[in-house]
Amino acid sequence: MTESVIQVSGLTKQFDGFTAVDHVSFEVQKGEIFGFLGPNGAGKSTTIRMLCTLSRPTDGTATVAGFDVVKDDSRVRQHIGLVSEKLIMYNDLTARENLRLFGELYDIPKETLQRRIEKLLTFVRMEKWADARIGTFSTGMKQRINVIRALVNQPEILFLDEPTLGLDPQSTVEIRELVRRINIENGTTIILTTHMMVEADLLCNRIGVIDHGKIVAMDTPANLKKIVSGTDTTVLEFEIPNLTPALLTALGSLACIESTTREDDTHVKIRAKGEGCFDAVIDGIRTNGGQVKGVRNLEPTLEDVFLQITGREVREQVSDHVPMADRRGPRHGPRTPSSRVR
Amino acid sequence: MGVKRVLRHSGWIAWKDLLEFSRSKLRLVMLVLMPLFMMVMVGYIFPSGTSISNQPVAIANQDLGVSVLVPSTNTTTTLYMGNEFVTGLEAINNRTGMMELSSSSGFNDIKTRIQDGSLSGGIIIDPSFTRDLMAGRQGNITVVTDQSNPQMSAMMQTVLGQTIAAMGKQWAMYDLNTTYHISMTLTPALIQPFNYQFTGIVPGNPNYFQFVAPGIISMVVMMSLMTGLPHAISYEKDMGTLDGMLVAPTSRLSIILGKVLAQTVRGVVQATIIFVLAVVLFGVVVYGNLLLVAALILLSVFSFVGLGILITSFTDKEETATMVMMTLMFPMMFLSGVFFPIQQMPWFMQDIAQVLPLTYATTALRKVMVLGASASAVFPEIVILLGFGIVLLAIAVPMFRKAMTR
Repeated sequence: MTESVIQVSGLTKQFDGFTAVDHVSFEVQKGEIFGFLGPNGAGKSTTIRMLCTLSRPTDGTATVAGFDVVKDDSRVRQHIGLVSEKLIMYNDLTARENLRLFGELYDIPKETLQRRIEKLLTFVRMEKWADARIGTFSTGMKQRINVIRALVNQPEILFLDEPTLGLDPQSTVEIRELVRRINIENGTTIILTTHMMVEADLLCNRIGVIDHGKIVAMDTPANLKKIVSGTDTTVLEFEIPNLTPALLTALGSLACIESTTREDDTHVKIRAKGEGCFDAVIDGIRTNGGQVKGVRNLEPTLEDVFLQITGREVREQVSDHVPMADRRGPRHGPRTPSSRVR
Repeated sequence: MGVKRVLRHSGWIAWKDLLEFSRSKLRLVMLVLMPLFMMVMVGYIFPSGTSISNQPVAIANQDLGVSVLVPSTNTTTTLYMGNEFVTGLEAINNRTGMMELSSSSGFNDIKTRIQDGSLSGGIIIDPSFTRDLMAGRQGNITVVTDQSNPQMSAMMQTVLGQTIAAMGKQWAMYDLNTTYHISMTLTPALIQPFNYQFTGIVPGNPNYFQFVAPGIISMVVMMSLMTGLPHAISYEKDMGTLDGMLVAPTSRLSIILGKVLAQTVRGVVQATIIFVLAVVLFGVVVYGNLLLVAALILLSVFSFVGLGILITSFTDKEETATMVMMTLMFPMMFLSGVFFPIQQMPWFMQDIAQVLPLTYATTALRKVMVLGASASAVFPEIVILLGFGIVLLAIAVPMFRKAMTR
């Protein structure tokens, strides 16, 4: 049985004429991990901020945990936790002091809060560092505390805005594991945003692909991939020892080839469509002087899905449509990995 | 939302801010150093009447003298009254130590030496000094001053004027006694029928510290709220930590109140340090009620809070906040009579001073600290400060709430 904990209908946010979120509608079921996937500036963070009552929608409605985000904002706040792109922690305070401060703001009784803090610290194996200042922690440790900080009020719904941004590979894996554990062990509904395909694929039960403030596709990762495999597009990886730019250009002009992506010195990923495209591509390579050493039929990835839906790659910035200076997002420009490190 | 809950949350936020503050040793050191520097600099830079000593002054004694017949030996001798004047001047100067006397040939020499900076002023005794005096006329003395330093020039005029007047008086007393045989006890009333003396309404001789200490106290309180508050909030906005408080079910009022509380504690601590330094190191005497002083300081906090919140709501970045603060603070500091009496300023600046809360905070604190005024004597200031606080808060709090949810 499913029960929806978030209902969003026609949610819109405009900043000085720029529409950051454009009539977005969706529902999230209890216990789900729902991911927003999209390039930087697509409107993911703005959507999250509106759901967290940090930003007022220009239009549309949203209920979180059964409460309206505008009319009942303080009720909504009781039921949610937020891990935003920037660390919500004070460097000069210890881990325990940070947790305590935020716990007090939720009116948790003193003893309950103390017990909960210990439990949370154990949960992320940070007991030993409880009384060290956050400023002395590594980025990965900071993020672990930052995540449990959002759990002090035992929220039904946890929002994570780019939780692995700027983390090293090991910490990234750790945080992803942590998110999964929170979901399974506590039954917490999780909404996360990411611009990383792998992350969305690994963590999410459902994904909303967001681009230019609009949800352009929403389904399970498996179903999303079917969008690509369901079409007559085939993704092939060729190994060509004498791969040249000239060969790539020649291939790009073939009618059956949708796109070519050079992966390294000898490998190229080719998306081709139509029946008999395989023959046509092989012929194309040979007539242009290329040798085919190997070929692999690739499973479509979310990357392909995004490309299929939006016509561009996810790592491209939205800024090719809207000048950067005109984009008045909620106080962040293009992010660099270092924006989390402080 | 209960008042108690708002207050409890603000207490925790203040606890956090103060804890953060106390963790930085440098900030703690600055907390003490800033007021100390302020007092020392302000107290010593601005001259007070008694601070002049050992000013180089040259005397050009051009007195030609007068030949007189000495009846006993039947010979003529030249009488130089100018010399006696110089001796008298030296005697007075030995007591006060204000001048370092040297001799000079005349106006041109004094002029050259003032120009090259080796003299602060000069005294020229007229060639016909003795002749005029002998003939029953006034003897002429010219005082040359250094116009490039108006304050020093004015000071020299006063000092030399007083010295010359005192000498003239002594001379006249001696004349009346010897020539007209009037008793020395009667002579002062003949020369100067009116005697006057200055008295303040509190004992002692106020120095500049006494004037400036109340001003600096109210200024530091203002600074901690006007710069500290916008800085504290815009910094958290920039860092993203403010979102953590905003996403918790806590009132916007608690956040601002907590910040105000922390800044107030900081401001009051600094004000106390200044107060103690003023009393212990600079000999400031407080004639008023200490409780009233403390109450006035808290009242000033109240009157500045609204302004601080208002600026916070308008500025989104820490950098902008700092710039706005600096632009507003300097005129406020100099126009509110902290360092200079308002009465010295041109009328339009006096008008501006009338609309600054710092003016009233400083005035009230000064009246109580220096003059020992009671609460009823500073009642108008209290009412005005309360008014400022209420009006500014009524504008600022809704603005702040709006600014927090965009």
